[in-house]
Amino acid sequence: MSRAFQGLDSGQLLLICAAGLVAVAGVAHTAATGLDHPEIAVGFGALIAVGELARLTMPGNREVAPIGAAAALGYTLLLDLSQDQLRHSALQVVAVIAVGMIAGALPHLAVGRPPRLDAMARRLLTGALLAFAFRPLADPLFRLTQGPDPTWWPALAVMVVLIAVTLLVDVLIAALLRAEQVRTAFRVAVRDELNMAFPLGAAVAASGVLLALATHSMDLVALLVFAAPLLVTQVAFRKYAGIRATYLQTVRALSRVTEVGGYVEPGHSRRVSRLAVAIGRELGMAEPELLELEYAALMHDIGQLSLRDPIPGGATVLADPEQARRIAELGAEVIKQTGVLDRVADVVRRQCDPISDDPPLSSRIIKVANAYDDLVGGSTDRDRAGAALERIRLAAGSAYDPAAIEALSRVIDRLAAVHRL
Amino acid sequence: MRELSWPARVYLVTVIALGAGVIAHSVTTLGQAVAPGRLGTEELGTLLVLALLFLVCESMPTLLNVEQFAVSVSFSAALAAVVLLGPEGTALVGFTAVLSVRPGLPLVKRLFNGAQFAICGHAAGWVYVQLGGRIGVPEVHAFDDLIGPYVAATAVFVPLNILLTLTMIRLATGVRAVEVPMRGLAQFLLSYLGYGTFGLLVAGLWATVQSISAVLVLVPLFVARWAFGQYHAQQRSYDATIAALCQAVETKDYYTRGHCTRVSAASSMIAQEIGMGQERLRAIRYAGMLHDVGKLGVPTKVLQKEGPLTEEEFAAIQLHPMRGLEIVRGIDFLDEAYAGIMHHHERHDGRGYPMGLAGDEIPEFARIIAVADAFDSMTSDRSYRGARPVEVAVQELRKNAGTQFDPVMVSAFVKALEHQPWQPPRRVEPPPPDADEAAVKDHDDPTMPIEVVSGP
Repeated sequence: MSRAFQGLDSGQLLLICAAGLVAVAGVAHTAATGLDHPEIAVGFGALIAVGELARLTMPGNREVAPIGAAAALGYTLLLDLSQDQLRHSALQVVAVIAVGMIAGALPHLAVGRPPRLDAMARRLLTGALLAFAFRPLADPLFRLTQGPDPTWWPALAVMVVLIAVTLLVDVLIAALLRAEQVRTAFRVAVRDELNMAFPLGAAVAASGVLLALATHSMDLVALLVFAAPLLVTQVAFRKYAGIRATYLQTVRALSRVTEVGGYVEPGHSRRVSRLAVAIGRELGMAEPELLELEYAALMHDIGQLSLRDPIPGGATVLADPEQARRIAELGAEVIKQTGVLDRVADVVRRQCDPISDDPPLSSRIIKVANAYDDLVGGSTDRDRAGAALERIRLAAGSAYDPAAIEALSRVIDRLAAVHRL
Repeated sequence: MRELSWPARVYLVTVIALGAGVIAHSVTTLGQAVAPGRLGTEELGTLLVLALLFLVCESMPTLLNVEQFAVSVSFSAALAAVVLLGPEGTALVGFTAVLSVRPGLPLVKRLFNGAQFAICGHAAGWVYVQLGGRIGVPEVHAFDDLIGPYVAATAVFVPLNILLTLTMIRLATGVRAVEVPMRGLAQFLLSYLGYGTFGLLVAGLWATVQSISAVLVLVPLFVARWAFGQYHAQQRSYDATIAALCQAVETKDYYTRGHCTRVSAASSMIAQEIGMGQERLRAIRYAGMLHDVGKLGVPTKVLQKEGPLTEEEFAAIQLHPMRGLEIVRGIDFLDEAYAGIMHHHERHDGRGYPMGLAGDEIPEFARIIAVADAFDSMTSDRSYRGARPVEVAVQELRKNAGTQFDPVMVSAFVKALEHQPWQPPRRVEPPPPDADEAAVKDHDDPTMPIEVVSGP
């Protein structure tokens, strides 16, 4: 979210190092022992590269590569090619995934889009984990599918169970990283990641198993055909992620009209929304609520557009309560016009309510964040911040929610620490 | 049913009767096969699974790329049945469309759907057999021999299905087949062929894991369907939000309410007329919607000033496209949309603002928005004059084509207006006395150029 946290933190570095080590081990081992069935390795490697090339960014800045992941799954789960048993080792799987991913990332790099190392590392490690768990079982499972009484059910069951476990581990890693990165509670992060990963994970898992099973009765050409269902999925998710991103960008951009019109200080809406989201995270809100909170915070002053004359300095904390309430009402009316953001409209409407009226948590958060920004503005002066916080604390319990104030003060302390660096 | 014309009724009855014939034939054939034990319980199980699959898919039509058609994945199941069960089985699988749980589907439509799927299925199965396709669960090695006959079966099934359905639509609604979107047809056929492949996958994997193969193929598709649903919901929600926010920007000026949505509509009419693709159409809709957001940066007193403006005040007005661009720059649109917003006040003869571009230097989007913008301004009420009739506004556009406007865009708009009548805004009552003062000039109005006095 905040640009200040852009650098990689320790968890991510650890992940990248681990992935790098595994990749080097895989490539070195494969180079030493030679590729088993090079044409298959190349075929799947190419599909992984294509998938990496077609990676997409899901809401919440999560990078995924569904086709690549399915191809990696397929290669890991491969038992035979047209009944010809395959015995590639887990380390070879790792090598193929690593090389494929790097090959797919190169074109992105060439046009100036550097890879997200942490996301790539996570994809590689997830693939490696499954490979190390499944490859040793490949031989006994294959023998079950041959012989006098061939059966695929044990193989299928093992595949499904191992994939489920791997995906779960992946979600946990992602949640750990996210909790550290955006400072949210681990429990909340796990839920967010699960919600996000489930649909795509199911599609990828099904396609991966499909790829592995398909090579039993067909040759390598079928690879392309079997990636087709996932291609449809990828297109759908790309469109979905695209509109979600555009939506947020548009609300962020249009929230600035109040600044251009001279109603509020430049940057006010963005700062309030950032503060509000940080406070919301601090208070354990999950992602869907945070999105609504962000929308409401961005548009909390939109009602001012209906005023004849801008309030001096645009500071609603200094305006008389009656007028602030009217601005909130007008803003909620505008948002209600959309017909889809009713909850956001409600949050905006009740942003001035005293605590005794029991407004929604988001409204309380916005009220605190707005008051703080009205008093401090874009300044990073610590004394000013302290004074503002003191002034807000005076009305704790009546005008402002004490929990929100405490969360605000934690967020400010953290930001101050960042600024000192 | 009552409002159907008699050719439509005859057609409907014929298709249903034919379908019934096919079903009767299939049932007797299969019945004879069951009696001497040629058709085992395994085949019956397959039939049941495929019928169930077909029914599930048929009940949940997916809105894929083509908006006018609800394409359902049921094709895959029907075509898998061609391989696994042969023509009779496919006809039965297709006929289950009658039982579709899609809400609000009248019995006649159900019967028609079931009948036409039965006919298509049987025909496809017949072609498959004629070309030497083997019926039954394919051997693990025999996959390659399957492909030829299967492609032929798909090539029969899909066009036959489209033909039967389109004829019905044409007879029932009087829409000529050509008007049923030709533009999306290629995309449409492509997705059908895609679904065809999925059927082949289901059949090809049946030997290995039986019905699980269907689940594995369909899970990604159902996830895709879910994602497309989310996408469409977000898209609608986005359109509503952007419109509401743009209207909020306009609330201050009593007379220009609704201007942005109308400019957006007129712009996309022109864009459609000159044959823009889907992506660009969407972009110009948003560009038209957002073209004036920068106007808030113009001080209210300039907009409300009576009489000519000083050069500084006029400069403030001239700045508004740049201000608008500044606001929307953070949104990932096509670059063309930015250009359209920034240059929508350029003139064909080069005397516009902010850059003074002329002719083809002006971006296409800007030339379109300029026409739409001026047209809506003329056909709406203003504080200093009433709305002009559409004909007068068109004449004005024609008069200024070549000087202010691009003649190509003007004639495209005139043509679009012929088959898509314009809905001018309702008459605006004079504002209540306690309302905000209204602007006394409109920078978009070509009939009332803003007067500027040179500096002191």
